Amino acid sequence: MGILDFLKRKPEPTAGLAKERLRIIVAQERSTRGAPDYLPLLRNELLEVIKKYVHVDLEAININVERDSGHEVLELSVALPEGKQAAATPAT
Amino acid sequence: MTAEIIVVTSGKGGVGKTTTSASLATGLAMAGKKVAVIDFDVGLRNLDLIMGCERRVVYDFVNVVHGEATLKQALIKDKRHENLYVLAASQTRDKDALTQEGVEKVLDGLSEDGFDYIVCDSPAGIEKGAHLAMYFADHAVVVVNPEVSSVRDSDRILGLLASKTRRAERGDGAIKQHLLLTRYSPVRVASGDMLSVKDVEEILGISVVGVIPESEQVLAASNSGVPVILDANSHAGQAYSDTVARILGEERALRFLDAPKKGFLQRVFGG
Repeated sequence: MGILDFLKRKPEPTAGLAKERLRIIVAQERSTRGAPDYLPLLRNELLEVIKKYVHVDLEAININVERDSGHEVLELSVALPEGKQAAATPAT
Repeated sequence: MTAEIIVVTSGKGGVGKTTTSASLATGLAMAGKKVAVIDFDVGLRNLDLIMGCERRVVYDFVNVVHGEATLKQALIKDKRHENLYVLAASQTRDKDALTQEGVEKVLDGLSEDGFDYIVCDSPAGIEKGAHLAMYFADHAVVVVNPEVSSVRDSDRILGLLASKTRRAERGDGAIKQHLLLTRYSPVRVASGDMLSVKDVEEILGISVVGVIPESEQVLAASNSGVPVILDANSHAGQAYSDTVARILGEERALRFLDAPKKGFLQRVFGG
């Protein structure tokens, strides 16, 4: 730090933000890697159906394919908005 | 004796694949290996320029694949190292000119000719050219910049290497994956403006085989058609030499990761 540094406007360092964002997106993309191609479409169509009953965002729907000793499990979770009596129940 | 095939790949463009391919091939040749380096970027030939042999291209990779020239006719002997050869990409054909069988035939031909290493310079993207460049590989050098889009793309490439290659399909044991971090700026890492080596290693879950510092000498080298590894005075050149040694199994510590210490006047006045 130089004594004249205060004259320069210092932007906030951004590497930490980059790391955090990458950590999340890489983990998410790895979890869907090798999964069937229809998952994103399935997610969108489910959203349409759910929206008829309760308003949720696309991010609230989580679909995963888990491989467990020889068979695959399609895991689906929907986070419902807080404070409202939900008309739909989360499916698993 | 079959040749070891090394693909240099990244997903994202402009991160330093061709610079790395040229320096890696040259470094392996300097270590006494017989090396061929192939440009898989059909339609956007550039390895010839970086290797400094652009005016000596008569026949190219696609000509050999289609039987219009022999390997011997198409291989361009390097001016500086007699055991180093360049196979240029076609500049006029489209990217469908390469086929899996054709590429396999060329790689087998090089193996029969006694080559120790074949370096495949992949095009950017994840389409056919990139797929063919990685398909037959034994090793992969994944070039990554400390920048969000490059890191994300390289994770995608690591996934493809683990599933869409001959070794993966046959269950021959995984491709050896080497992560090479290029255009690294220790000063910007120190100020918190750039992902560090450790950050990138943590995100991708694999350790680096080398770190090439951002260096003016890389541009100077490509301007003059001399692979930067031959500039033994430059940090980038030395870092490439270290990387080649590590790929050959030698243990060497990473260098050029710390920002230079500032002098008294710099500390007072900044800069």
